[in-house]
Amino acid sequence: MNATELKGLISRTDARERARNADALLRGAAERDGLIDVAVGTVDSPVGELFVAVTTKGLACVGFDDQDRRELEDRFAEGLSPRVVVSPRATDDVRRQLDEYFGGARRRFEVGIDHRLMSPFVRKVMAQTAKVPYGEVSTYGAVAKGIHHPDAARAVGAALGQNPIPIVLPCHRIIGASGNLTGYAGGLHRKEFLLRLEGDPMLFPG
Amino acid sequence: MGRQTPPPFERFLEQHGPTVMRFLVVAVGPEYADDAYQETFLSALRAYPRARDDGRLDRWILRIASRTAIDHHRARARRPEPRATLPDRPLAGPEPPDDALLAAVASLPPKQRAAVALRHLLDRPYPEIAEILGCSEEAARANVRAGLVTLRERV
Repeated sequence: MNATELKGLISRTDARERARNADALLRGAAERDGLIDVAVGTVDSPVGELFVAVTTKGLACVGFDDQDRRELEDRFAEGLSPRVVVSPRATDDVRRQLDEYFGGARRRFEVGIDHRLMSPFVRKVMAQTAKVPYGEVSTYGAVAKGIHHPDAARAVGAALGQNPIPIVLPCHRIIGASGNLTGYAGGLHRKEFLLRLEGDPMLFPG
Repeated sequence: MGRQTPPPFERFLEQHGPTVMRFLVVAVGPEYADDAYQETFLSALRAYPRARDDGRLDRWILRIASRTAIDHHRARARRPEPRATLPDRPLAGPEPPDDALLAAVASLPPKQRAAVALRHLLDRPYPEIAEILGCSEEAARANVRAGLVTLRERV
């Protein structure tokens, strides 16, 4: 008997395969035992695959597919909890509501929000933004005025760019005073898509 | 300054899962490895919010896995099942398993079995094996040596 024989009992490839299968059961058991603090999952959508994170407080993040998923997970580990685990069941409700929204059947999201990934200022800006209803738009200046910082339109723009929960917290409804879409962390094509979906007739006549 | 928060658990699982599974297939046997794997990582997940990433998380998880393996044998010794030492189904994979070797490994005392797996399956150096098993380096060497002697006798 030598060391090589022991290694023949289980190859690295077999171990990896076997671990991957066991991981699926492990995630189920972790959920059953209440050991998941940040449940993550993906949602297919017309604006690309979305990466969502749900905590016991609510929805904490919606990421677009061109965002670095590992970087987002690092933020969750540091800002929420390192117990970040894939859990389709825990993300089901958000998935269903997003499906309905993209299907035109939902105008408001009914989910709890976990604000911990936002600075106090971002949080304030997002609360003001949430007042803009589906199908309407507002401007950076109006949001700045709404939070009693009338000179802070630029800071408002920067804060909107840091929205960790786009689509659900509708930062896409804030545009420039001239009617330009101006900017969007997820890319202007996505902002335009969302506004067209919500159908503001002033912005997109015909 | 190293990062203190451990990595997101999914990444930790991706990094260490295959090594832990490989260790457990030898340390508890192919038929119990999946259960021991789940138990190991559930224990880790329970303790994870308090874990600190000091660059030794690989030893931390192997320590939990070793303890799980040793406890598994103790529990089975208390409640023996009518089961042969040989696995009742063959291992998947291109190479047929060496049943004689597997049976010989299964006959080792749990700590020797874990020590041999850490040294000759995972190639861990003795100071790390001592850290993982919570014993002195001399004890780690003695456990590996004794295990190998038995294996050579039986295979």
